Amino acid sequence: MHISEGVLSGPVLAAGWGLAAAGTAMGLKKLESAEMPKTALLSSAFFVASLVHVPVGPSSVHLILNGLVGVLLGWPAVPALLAALMLQAVFFGYGGVSTLGVNTVVMAAPAVLCRSIAGPHIGNPGRLAAAMAAGAGAFAVFASALLMAAALWFTEGRYLVTAGTVVAAHLPVMAAEGLITALCVGFLRRVEPGLLPAPRAPRGAAPEEKERLKP
Amino acid sequence: MVEEIFARGGSPVHKIDPRVRVAAGAAFSIVTALAQHFAVLWAALAMGALLALAARLPAAPLFKRMLYLNFFILFLWAVAPLTFPGPPLFSVGPLAFARDGVLLCAKATLKANAIALFSFAAFTTMPMAKLGHALHRLKAPPKLVHLVLMCHRYVFVISREYQEMRRAAALRGFAPRPDMRTWRTYAWLVGMLFVRAHARAARVHQAMLCRGFTGVFHCLDTFRFRPADTAWAALFSLAVLGLAVAEFALS
Repeated sequence: MHISEGVLSGPVLAAGWGLAAAGTAMGLKKLESAEMPKTALLSSAFFVASLVHVPVGPSSVHLILNGLVGVLLGWPAVPALLAALMLQAVFFGYGGVSTLGVNTVVMAAPAVLCRSIAGPHIGNPGRLAAAMAAGAGAFAVFASALLMAAALWFTEGRYLVTAGTVVAAHLPVMAAEGLITALCVGFLRRVEPGLLPAPRAPRGAAPEEKERLKP
Repeated sequence: MVEEIFARGGSPVHKIDPRVRVAAGAAFSIVTALAQHFAVLWAALAMGALLALAARLPAAPLFKRMLYLNFFILFLWAVAPLTFPGPPLFSVGPLAFARDGVLLCAKATLKANAIALFSFAAFTTMPMAKLGHALHRLKAPPKLVHLVLMCHRYVFVISREYQEMRRAAALRGFAPRPDMRTWRTYAWLVGMLFVRAHARAARVHQAMLCRGFTGVFHCLDTFRFRPADTAWAALFSLAVLGLAVAEFALS
């Protein structure tokens, strides 16, 4: 999901760059140098995962996984997604310099939001965590599609139907992402729990349980 | 599945100082994205095509990329002209193509292709490492440059690991179908990709610490600004300024 060059208006492009720059600055500030290899490698993994095509019905969709990356990385997801988008621009020519800002915001804003909502619950076992993971995956794609639609709509009010089509076209992707993200988080919880954000103790948990769950 | 096809080549464009190319590509993208007049847009498209020719980009991969790039544009053409309010330019049966919608799509098509041609010639004619170093010299945040370079370094490794796992799955008779088993396999595959990336990151970090990494990544590339680069910089400035002036003169 990229908006190509030449479609959006100046103010929208400028706003995209402004927000992307602020988010990147925030992400880089939160990115400790010890976390750099992890962030870079997850960013590469995100790039590779975005080339995976998953069959849905008679067709196939390619994974986006910005929700999962957001949950795993938090704020540093912004520069990580920016880096991955730059690589995509260089390798495949999707998007270019002027739209890089908007495309980063489209991908990264929902990612960061997913972390703040689902992050504390996702490391726990149980139904809530699975539902949160599915929600994060589906919501991230939906919010990205909404942001993309908003960028089109702010460019030109008469793009309204076009913008609506963008959101509608992403509905099957949303379902696929929700399912894949939930399964993937379940897998990570069993195989590499250290990769998931530290779980918060449930309300009313015994003090020693809270102590045990402290990061 | 990922390679830098355009990076190698002996054209004059490949020899331009990377900083000049990056700055020119950025300036050209911005001016073209903001232009509104068809004359200016056609001129921009001509400039992009000229630079792509000068860079002697191989035709087949360039064409393939331009095709991908135009998918979104195609989508725009399919929806916008039909759904724009306003007087129709022409109609086919019950379908009325709104004049403003067609004009807007035409502009977007010209802009997208002009910027893409120019960007392919300006940015992808250098290896990613050079691009990172050029960004460093152009005062991009050092941590971001480090992130981009490192992400690029490991994309190939991770992509190989993905292909390995796909092959292993195929050997066990896995064939993708739209069913739960396939989705679970893909989810676990992607999960394993993240696990491996995480484990590798820990090892890479230890290796970096062993070599005295203190948190600052040094870009050791040195760029030399040749007389020819001055000429190219002047030419690029003139082209971009020309577009901007023409845009202002016309409006």
